Amino acid sequence: MSTVYGIEIEGLSKRYGEGAAAVDALKDVNMRVLPGEVVGLIGPSGSGKSTLLKCLGAVIEPTTGRMALSKQVIYDNGWKTNDLRALRRDKIGFVFQAPYLIPFLDVTDNVALLPMLAGHANAESRMRALVLLKALDVAHRAKAMPPQLSGGEQQRVSIARALVNRPPVILADEPTAPLDSERALAVIRILNQMAFQYQTAIIVVTHDEKIIPTFKRIYHIRDGKTHEEAGEGRSFE
Amino acid sequence: MISLAGRDILHAWSKFAFTGIGLGLLIGVTLSMAGIYRGMVDDAKVLLNNSGADLWVVQKNTLGPYAESSSIHDDVYRSIVGMPGIANAANVTYLTMQVRKGSADVRTMVVGFEPGKPGEPRYLLAGRRITRGHYEAIADVKTGFKIGDQINIRRHDYAVVGITQRMVSSGGDPMVFIPLKDAQEAQFLKDNDAIVNERLRTAGNPSTNSLRAVESPENVDNLQSSNRNVNAVLVKVANGHFAETVAEDIRKWRHLQAYTRSQMEEILVAKLIATSAKQIAMFLVILAIVSAAIVAFIIYTMTLGKIREIAVLKLIGTPNWTIASMILQQALGLGLISFMVGKTAATFWVPIFPKYVLLEPGDAIRGFVAVMLICAIASTLAIHAALKVDPAEAIGG
Repeated sequence: MSTVYGIEIEGLSKRYGEGAAAVDALKDVNMRVLPGEVVGLIGPSGSGKSTLLKCLGAVIEPTTGRMALSKQVIYDNGWKTNDLRALRRDKIGFVFQAPYLIPFLDVTDNVALLPMLAGHANAESRMRALVLLKALDVAHRAKAMPPQLSGGEQQRVSIARALVNRPPVILADEPTAPLDSERALAVIRILNQMAFQYQTAIIVVTHDEKIIPTFKRIYHIRDGKTHEEAGEGRSFE
Repeated sequence: MISLAGRDILHAWSKFAFTGIGLGLLIGVTLSMAGIYRGMVDDAKVLLNNSGADLWVVQKNTLGPYAESSSIHDDVYRSIVGMPGIANAANVTYLTMQVRKGSADVRTMVVGFEPGKPGEPRYLLAGRRITRGHYEAIADVKTGFKIGDQINIRRHDYAVVGITQRMVSSGGDPMVFIPLKDAQEAQFLKDNDAIVNERLRTAGNPSTNSLRAVESPENVDNLQSSNRNVNAVLVKVANGHFAETVAEDIRKWRHLQAYTRSQMEEILVAKLIATSAKQIAMFLVILAIVSAAIVAFIIYTMTLGKIREIAVLKLIGTPNWTIASMILQQALGLGLISFMVGKTAATFWVPIFPKYVLLEPGDAIRGFVAVMLICAIASTLAIHAALKVDPAEAIGG
């Protein structure tokens, strides 16, 4: 029986522009992340991290290559699946460097918005949001507005938002950048717990030296090419 | 699904409230302008209603007595009243002038009428009708005069014995009613210098003074009040007769112009205030364009302030129509707030306008629909900007 990967990329490349002005942002990228696994994606500025993240997030189309999320093929050498918007809503969770919570929705509705968009009833959506907020230890701020939360609380709420539709994949873009060491490690611990609990494949893009040793597997990206290496997999404590 | 627009409005309610107040005052001005036009039309109709006439007989080839000056002899009404189909007829004069009220001037239309005949004020708020032949007056309440006040018109003082209401000229000037003879004198009487001048001219004119008489009593009398003219004859048509038929007879046999109620309304509404109506219409169009520009600018600015949130919403899978609907609802919400502020403001400030302003419910409904349409159209710019937002902006890089 073949292995089912949360994320599976083969020979992915992305070219911007044409002719002499063409820039190859990604070159033959290969990547596999298992469900329940958290891997790091590390690279200097301009190495192609953001382009890879945008391809993984179904925001831009790769030029060539194949990509599948939890068995569903998204791109395959010029072919792409229909309704990428619904795919992002149902299959991919996003955690950003800044939490980017919707400022006019309270904590519960920030999280419950996704299941509501997917067509679930408001009450059921809020119930799902509260379960996650409780798991992430921010249920006591359920009625607060985003500006009333600390940075760590906001990031936990954004993790809850990423998880609420039970996506097979979460893409975390510098999720610990604005946090101190203690809170940064707490966020990584939560992501690992959630990955294990919900069998979610998580890719964490980071420069953060504090958290890099916690990954068991790391993809380095430089000049659009990736190579994989084993991480230290240190404890989060 | 929760209302994103409603939540955003509640979150930034002060921004919406202040914007709504500003825009609402503009809408209040727009509604008031429409009310001013309605007031002008209503004034014209009230003028016709309160005259109690079915026909207006005026000088031939004129649109008198309100839209153009008209002068006919005051004995013409005798020949008219004897015609078939006429129940009553009366002379009237209309003279727009400034009358003194204390230290201030009040612009009024002085009406000369014959008590008990068409042309007299239909009802009184206070006091009594004119019972003496001279020097009594009935004033519209808007003139500010009270019972017992003295009004100085030309050389004479008139005691205010009655107060009436909504008796205004087509221009909105409140009316003062005085006896016809006094009004004729006020309208046509010459001043002393003019009389002296005219005496000299008459004395020196062989055709009028062949015997070179210095001052005959007849000449003096003629010089002082020789003009026995009035502006119009108001006619009440007898039951069972058509006003148009009677008017046609007057035109044919008396060589005068006779207007029916509908013709007079056409003159007052379509001709006399046509330019004012166009002026107001132009102003309304400009106000509508300014309102649309303001709404478009505000909604566009608010949308640009939420570009990052919109990018996040698109990234997490919010459909375009949900985002467009949020912006449209906010624009309509702003329109609703603005309209309520505008309607309330107009209702409160209209009574202090010097002329009559009529706020009709139909205009309010049309105004509301127009505001909502303008807001919907104005939101398209912001919707276009929001739909162009790339979800990749949320990721950065």
